[in-house]
Amino acid sequence: MGKVAIAILCALAAGCGGGGAVPQALSADDAAFQQKLQEQFLDAKPGSVIEIPVGRHALDRVLTLRANGVTIRGLGSDKSILSFKNEISGPEGMLVYASDFTIEHLAIEDSKGDGLKVNDGENITIRDVRVEWTGGPKTTNGAYGIYPVKSKNVLIEDSASIGASDAGIYVGQSQNVIVRRNRAEKNVAGIEIENTINADVYENTATGNTGGILVFNMPNLPQPGQATRVFNNKSVDNNLANFAAKGAAVASVPAGSGVVVNSNPRVEIFDNDIAGNHTANLIIASYFSTNYYNTRGVDPKYDPYPRAIFVYGNRFKGGGDSPDGLELKTLKTAMFGINGHFPDVLWDGYVDSKSLVNGLPPAAERICVQNGDAEVLNADGPNKYKNPKVDKTSFQCELPKLAAVELPHS
Amino acid sequence: MQRSVGSSQVARAWGLGACVCALALVACLRTAQPVHFFAEGRPAKLSDWQVVYRDGGNLALNESVVPYDLNTPLFSDYAHKLRTIWMPRGTSAKYDADGSFDFPVGTIISKTFYYPLAKGAAARDSNAVGRTYDQSADFSDKAQGERGLKLANVRLIETRILVRRAGGWEALPYVWNSAQTEAVLARTGDAKPLVLVSDQGSKEPFTYVVPNENQCAGCHVADLKTKQIAPIGTKARHLNREYAYASGNENQLLHWTKLGYLTGAADPASAPKNADWRDAAQPLDARARAYLDVNCGHCHNAKGPANTTALDLTIFAAADRYLGVCKPPVAAGRGTGDHFFDIVPGTPQDSILPYRMRSNEPGVMMPEQGRTTTHVEGVALIEQWIFALRGTCDTT
Repeated sequence: MGKVAIAILCALAAGCGGGGAVPQALSADDAAFQQKLQEQFLDAKPGSVIEIPVGRHALDRVLTLRANGVTIRGLGSDKSILSFKNEISGPEGMLVYASDFTIEHLAIEDSKGDGLKVNDGENITIRDVRVEWTGGPKTTNGAYGIYPVKSKNVLIEDSASIGASDAGIYVGQSQNVIVRRNRAEKNVAGIEIENTINADVYENTATGNTGGILVFNMPNLPQPGQATRVFNNKSVDNNLANFAAKGAAVASVPAGSGVVVNSNPRVEIFDNDIAGNHTANLIIASYFSTNYYNTRGVDPKYDPYPRAIFVYGNRFKGGGDSPDGLELKTLKTAMFGINGHFPDVLWDGYVDSKSLVNGLPPAAERICVQNGDAEVLNADGPNKYKNPKVDKTSFQCELPKLAAVELPHS
Repeated sequence: MQRSVGSSQVARAWGLGACVCALALVACLRTAQPVHFFAEGRPAKLSDWQVVYRDGGNLALNESVVPYDLNTPLFSDYAHKLRTIWMPRGTSAKYDADGSFDFPVGTIISKTFYYPLAKGAAARDSNAVGRTYDQSADFSDKAQGERGLKLANVRLIETRILVRRAGGWEALPYVWNSAQTEAVLARTGDAKPLVLVSDQGSKEPFTYVVPNENQCAGCHVADLKTKQIAPIGTKARHLNREYAYASGNENQLLHWTKLGYLTGAADPASAPKNADWRDAAQPLDARARAYLDVNCGHCHNAKGPANTTALDLTIFAAADRYLGVCKPPVAAGRGTGDHFFDIVPGTPQDSILPYRMRSNEPGVMMPEQGRTTTHVEGVALIEQWIFALRGTCDTT
């Protein structure tokens, strides 16, 4: 994919530098509420249940939890609302360094940084939690909505993320993850699984994002991800102009991406409804297409290729008709005409030439698309889109199916 | 134990001949108490600990409470800091070349954040505090113990206590009242509107944020797996320098050893020593690395809370991608400031690191907490350092 033009960059510049801002003070009621809630977070012990009452409660400081075995419970993600609009110290809305953690039935709004970050926890349940930036998509919104990282046994269900300036639901460097029945709207990336081992992503709806559902591997991290299943999701009309700051991991995602696999091995994509995504309904790409690759800054042991990708049984509809970025636009028009469209699957064409056997990747590492009429465009990225070709037969192969993720606590 | 530290100002007023008398009177008026180690609980007042306390016009240090400084300190909105350490009689810390020393149960570390008073017309604003690196007017006159702070010249904001209990370290923040007579426990932190007034008279309003107990852990958890908090400054490389004690100048490692507070210390000449970031006579690389070490390294290391980022900013990190050289960010989000790499050698203006240091917007700024203003001189140092780095980040 070529570099994505981002029109909203100026907004970022306005938000930084300059003198220390003195934000609005909380009302006496909100200040008292915050003080009490902060004390509950400080005093929490295994078994504690912290209840968030109905109402929009303004807070100006991150809620940090360090005790294991705690439940935080509201009375509904449209009723119990923690608002961080005037946050002075954070940057997250809620920051959790704990295991056996449950959060449910509440909303976190307008945090300066990530909405809910869970770092290094085990047995994490996030249920019916809405994280939203209420001013709509803006580069100055917090980066991630719901963000478990370096965690094990993670369940995110019936939740929503709206307006994140990077990824809405972002699972990073984790193991054994289920993301189901969630809603992701108006984020740059709706749902992103990154450097994670064993993730099931199903029955989610991603719409109105720049990219709907992403499976990525980033370099330099101790855990390369693998084994993600993306199935029974709706990834529809994700055509929002990319509003991430340049250099952010998702800034290279073209607007109009339904499902994107980047540099991540063993990904199974099946039974999804993927429709109306203007660049392509499904994109399979290597790290070379992100603009971040450089030999000095990227660990030579990092594997930048998507390997063993199995695509079948998806219901593709529309899409590919108005790709983002000059290079892709030109490519589309040249190949398919002004009124034509890319095929459902767009592949950047990078292969690990060292691994080829008779010109093909080994059977266990191929990209297999057995999806009715769906065709694949090999964009010929390595040669700057010089010899792109549409193909179907080269991708007629099968891969062993991945096992379902099972969580001890779900 | 009788404490014989009186206000030297009072003593002077009585004249030399009356000195003994004055000290006796002070001793009568104020019950002298030794430092109190609370093995559990959260004392409501800072004075309960008897580590540092208001004494006449001074913030005084109790007997055996030893002040210390760091070669390069953490930036905290230009606040000055009085750090002290105390250990129960007969106990001592075990030296470690790299990590924080192993301190005995009962150790109490205090860190008082204060500002010199603003000078000139700006001082009429009750929120005005001075922004200066000059500490020469901060300290009380020499008494029999170590010098405390001269309250006529400074404004106390908060004192943080780090106490080593049987179960590990605990952090307790105390906030000074406006009368400057007492600091009270503020578990949930505090926020104070202040105005920084520079030596040249320029003003910068900001909110001074006192962390809550869990935020203390945000910096002080050295190992995310154990989740135990630990002191940051009490490491050989930070402490290996001279301090102006009441008894004269001496290297801190030597002084602690002499007092019986430290065993097994290496000779200062061979012990690790970070550079003083402000000392232009020292190598630029050493100053920058010392600055990053103490300001960023407590999170950005292999075991710390920022180990999700693959960025290691401790003094031990090799100068490669893991120090940020040409490294694409992992989860910076909008914190990139439109830049592609953490450090682009030769071009600080294209590097994420100084961008995030300069920002004071939560979600962009680094460190994430502990400041709401920009450390202009710190950013300048890191920019200068990046400018001097060689090579390119070739993306082709």
